[in-house]
This record gives sequence, C-alpha cells and structure tokens, in this order.
Amino acid sequence: MSKRNIAAIVFFSIVAVFFIFSSLLMHPFGSPDQTDMDDDIINNAQGETGANNAVTSVVFDYRGFDTLGEATILFTAVAGVILVFRRLKK
Amino acid sequence: MIFNIPFIAVAALILIGLYAVVFKRNLIKMVIGITLIESGVNLFLITLGYREGSVAPIYTSSPGGIMSLPVPQALTLTSIVIGVAVLALMLSLVIHIYRHYGTLDARKIGRVEE
Amino acid sequence: MNGMSRIVKTIASIIFPFITIYGLYVIAHGHLTPGGGFQGGAVVASGCAMILVAYGSVWTMGKIKEKNLSLFESLGAICFILLAFLGLGFGAVFFNNFLVGSDFLFGTIPATGSGLADINTGGVLPLMNFAVGLKVIVGLFVIVLVMAYASSVKEGKQ
Repeated sequence: MSKRNIAAIVFFSIVAVFFIFSSLLMHPFGSPDQTDMDDDIINNAQGETGANNAVTSVVFDYRGFDTLGEATILFTAVAGVILVFRRLKK
Repeated sequence: MIFNIPFIAVAALILIGLYAVVFKRNLIKMVIGITLIESGVNLFLITLGYREGSVAPIYTSSPGGIMSLPVPQALTLTSIVIGVAVLALMLSLVIHIYRHYGTLDARKIGRVEE
Repeated sequence: MNGMSRIVKTIASIIFPFITIYGLYVIAHGHLTPGGGFQGGAVVASGCAMILVAYGSVWTMGKIKEKNLSLFESLGAICFILLAFLGLGFGAVFFNNFLVGSDFLFGTIPATGSGLADINTGGVLPLMNFAVGLKVIVGLFVIVLVMAYASSVKEGKQ
C-alpha cells in the first residue's frame, strides 16, 4: 500500500469514530434543549405577520435577510453556469 | 422509545459520502459523494427541531396540540437551495474539464508541468 | 440532443399545463398551506425540464433565446429588493411588513387559533412569494437548458 492509501485510511477511521461516538451522546430524540425563541414565534406569528404559516413567516419576515442572501447565491450560480459555457465569438 | 436512531442515520449518510470523496477516482463519483454529505446535513437540521407528539407549525385546519419548532425548517429550506446551486456549478466544471483533458480520472489531471 | 418519438411529445404537451397550474397554486398559497416561493418554483421548473427532454434541446434553443429569459430572473430579484426597501421607507426597519393592519391590499389579520383563513391575509408575504417564485423558475430552467445545449454541440471552436 502506498503512503497515500495509509493516510486516507487513518483519516477516515478517525472521522468515523468521532461521528459515531458523538451521535450516541446527543440529547434524546424528541426533547430539544432551549425552545424560548420558537415558543415566542409560535405564539405571536399570527398577530404580528398576519399569516397562518409559521415557517413562511420565519423565512420572509423574522429572518428575511437570510432569504436575501440565498437569492443572491441563486443568481450567482446561474451567472456562473452561463459564463462557463460561453464561447468567445470572433 | 426510538433511542437516537435518526442521529445514527445522519452519521451513516455523512460517512458514506466521505468515503466516496476520499477513496474514489472518478470525478462524477466525488460529486455524488458531496451531494450525499449535503443530504445528511439537511436531515440533521430537521431532526433537531422535533418535539414528542407534535404537529406541523401551521394554523390552517390544525388538529391542535403542541407544535414543532419552525426555525430549523426555515434554515433547511435555504440549505437545500444552496446545495442545488453548488451542484450545478460543480457539474458544469466537470464537463469543461472533460472537454479539455479527455479523461475523468482525478489522478491524471491537474499536474503541473515540470 | 434530439427529441423523442411522437407519442412522448403529445403526452408531454397535454400534461404540461396541469403541472404549471399546480406549481402556481403552491406558490400563491404560500402563507396558508405548506409551500411557498422556493417549493412551487421547483415544481414548475420540473415541468419545463420535462418539455425540454421531450422536444430536444436544439428545437427548444431555437424557440427561446436565453437572453430574454435572463431578463425575467433579474426582474424577480429587483422586485424582491424593492419590497425590502419599501419597508425601510414606510417604517424605520429594513424588511418591515408594512401591509399588515392597513386596508390597502393584503391587510386583514386572521383570528388566533386554528381555523380557515382567506387569501387576503399575510401582509407583504404573498408578493415576496411571487417574486422569489419567478426567480427560481427561470433560474433552474436556464441552468438545465444551457447545460443540455452546450453538451450537444460538437467541439469545434475550443
């Protein structure tokens, strides 16, 4: 085995042990730790935003700035794909 | 009791994707491995926001009871769209590499001329 | 790439309006039921990709120039940012929801607790859903169209 294969196997086994060890030490599935912010959002979302959907009001009203960044990423991806396949016309 | 099975599934997805990135030679298989890692991270974000015996956080014709947390679901929406954008850019670069070198082997491309 | 046979073309043309109407329904009711701009945009983009596969990329590129399509995507992005800046003008905060409680367009507030609500609620949320939905439809369709057309042209000018 070359040195590259030995290094790859050591790296992969370290990461695998870390992931399996930490997935067994997480909090029990079904009881999250801190829920104060989400309880405030669930109780006040209908009165403040006027929408029946709490997830849409979080995406566009309480955290609207992240949606602006995501729209920018989508625009940049489309511009990048068109740029790769452009042929310079003489 | 479910005893943390979704968290073990997340770890399995990420490890399979990491195996495909590190140990495979074909460029398309590496791209598929990156997509698997992104799917594992999205699943992890959703399983963080579940409460025992809860319903969806939507008020239209809701059956009542406690609701699950809406903020991790909003973060997962953004993450899925970012994954699609990065996948499109990676695949177009792979097509460009294949046109230039004629091969898809990761060990044979990108050598600096000596 | 070439198109498929005549049976596939006919069936794709029949199914395409139903897929488009379902996707527009998911976009328009984003503040009442699960869905919204991103999800409905992905549904309509899948319908457009089905038309592209059935008719061939050469025929589709002859009918639609991608320069005209990019205009619609920029229009969607500009509408989204304009709605955010209008919130700055009417309140004092960026992304302010300035249509809730007013009797202009989308102003009513639903009753607290579970129950049905009409589409007239939501404030500035349905307008943002339409802007983001248009952007996602055109963006995903342009990505698939450019990659399908560029991989079918033989390399001659590289």
